[in-house]
Amino acid sequence: MALPTLLNSRSPLADSATQRSTLAALPLRRTFEEAIDAAGHAPLRTNEISVLQLNVGKRCNQACRHCHVDAGPDRTEVMRDDVIEAALRFLETSEIPTIDITGGAPELHPRFPEIVIRARAAGRHVMDRCNLTITRLPNYADLPEFLAENQVEVVASLPSFAARQTDAQRGAGVFDDSIAALRRFNALGYGVDGSGRTLNLVTNPVGAFLPGPQHALEADWKRELFRRYGIVFNRLYTITNMPISRYLEFLIASGNLQAYMDRLVTAFNPAAVEGLMCRYTLSVGWDGRLYDCDFNQMIDLTTSVDAPQTIFDADVNALTGRRIVIGPHCFGCTAGSGSSCGGVTVA
Amino acid sequence: METYYHPKDLARFGDIGKEAPELWQKFSEWYAAVFKEGALSEREKALIALAVAHTVQCPYCIDAYSTTSLEKGATPEQMTEAVHVAAAIRGGSSLVHGVQMRNHVDKLSM
Repeated sequence: MALPTLLNSRSPLADSATQRSTLAALPLRRTFEEAIDAAGHAPLRTNEISVLQLNVGKRCNQACRHCHVDAGPDRTEVMRDDVIEAALRFLETSEIPTIDITGGAPELHPRFPEIVIRARAAGRHVMDRCNLTITRLPNYADLPEFLAENQVEVVASLPSFAARQTDAQRGAGVFDDSIAALRRFNALGYGVDGSGRTLNLVTNPVGAFLPGPQHALEADWKRELFRRYGIVFNRLYTITNMPISRYLEFLIASGNLQAYMDRLVTAFNPAAVEGLMCRYTLSVGWDGRLYDCDFNQMIDLTTSVDAPQTIFDADVNALTGRRIVIGPHCFGCTAGSGSSCGGVTVA
Repeated sequence: METYYHPKDLARFGDIGKEAPELWQKFSEWYAAVFKEGALSEREKALIALAVAHTVQCPYCIDAYSTTSLEKGATPEQMTEAVHVAAAIRGGSSLVHGVQMRNHVDKLSM
C-alpha cells in the first residue's frame, strides 16, 4: 500500500513555506551564498540552457519516503494542455538539445506519448525518468516498446540491488516489480552494449547519509545485478537526497536533520559548483512556472524576478545568464562529488 | 542527563590538539593518509575501522565509521559481517586463552 503524501496526511510540511522556514532556522556554519562566494562563483548564474526539464505532474503510482516532489496516487496536479503546447513550441524554436521528462510518474500524463513524439520529431534527445513499476500496470504494459521505438533514454530509479533497502524507501514489493521491469527493458536491448538503447539507473541513499562513490558503486551494481538477476544497464547515477519535502519529514522524524545539514555543509566541494545542473537546466512546472531546478520547483522558488517567470514568456536569451535562486537545500548538490540529475558533477 | 560519553564531543575531536598542536597535526596527517585509497579501497578501510571500533568499543568511532561505511557504499549486510568478524576474533581471543587456563590447571593438578 502506498504511503500517504504530506498533502494527504495534512502535514505542515506540505506547505513549501514551512519547509523553507524550517531550513532557514537551522544554525549552519555558513550560508550557501557564503560558500559560493568563497568558491569564487558569486553570484551564481546560469550558462547556456542544454536541458529543458518538464515536470508534468505530481501523480505517481508510488509514494517513496524520500520523494522531493511529495508525489503519490492522491496528487491531482498534472501539466495543463496550454503549458505543454508552450513548452513544446519553446523547445522546437530553440536549440536546446535535450528534454528531460519527470514527475511524479511522467508516463501517467495522458499526453506523455505526444510530448515524446514531438520532441523526437524535432530531433531532440529525450529522457524519461521512470520509476520502473509503472510498466507493470496493465494500461502501461506497452510503455517499454514505445520508449524503445522512439529511442528514449530511460533513467530508472532503483536505490539498491537488495530488496530490503529498495522496499524500505519505495514501498513493499517495489523491488520485485522493478527487477521484472528491468528484465523487460533488457529484452528490448536497453542497457545492452551496442544497442543504442540507454538504460541508466539512479540510486539515492536509503537513509541520512551521503551517496557512495559513483564509479565504485557502478561496478558493484553491474556485478551484483547481473550475478543475481541477469540484468545489465549502462550507467549508475548517485544522487544526494535533498532536505526538502518527504525526505525533510524523514530527517525531522528520525532526529537527523541538523546532523545531515551539518554533513552537507562540511562536505561542500567548490569543484562541484561548475557542474551544478541549475547552471544548464530550465525546469518547467505543471502550471507553467519556471524554475532553476526541480528542487527549487518543489519549494516554490521560481526563477529570479528579473528573468521570465512562466513558459508563456520564456525566452532563451533572457533566461541565459540569469541569477540562480539559492537556499540551504543547495548544499545537497555541492556535497562530496556533487549531485545532479545525471549523478556526480566532479570526476 | 550526565554521561561520560556525549555524541556532540565527536565534533570536538580537534580540541585535543590545543595543548599539543604539533602532535595533533602529525596525527591528523597520518590519519588522513591511512584512510586514502591504496592497496585497500576506502570502503575496505572503512569496514576494517568499523570492526575495530567495535572491538575497542568506542562509541564515537562506531557512529563515525557506520556513517563512513555507508557513504563509501558498504551495505548493511557487509557492515554486519564486519562486526561479526570483530566479534569472532574477540570471542576467539578469549577462548584461545582457555589453553593457558588448561596449562595452569594441568600444572597444578595431579
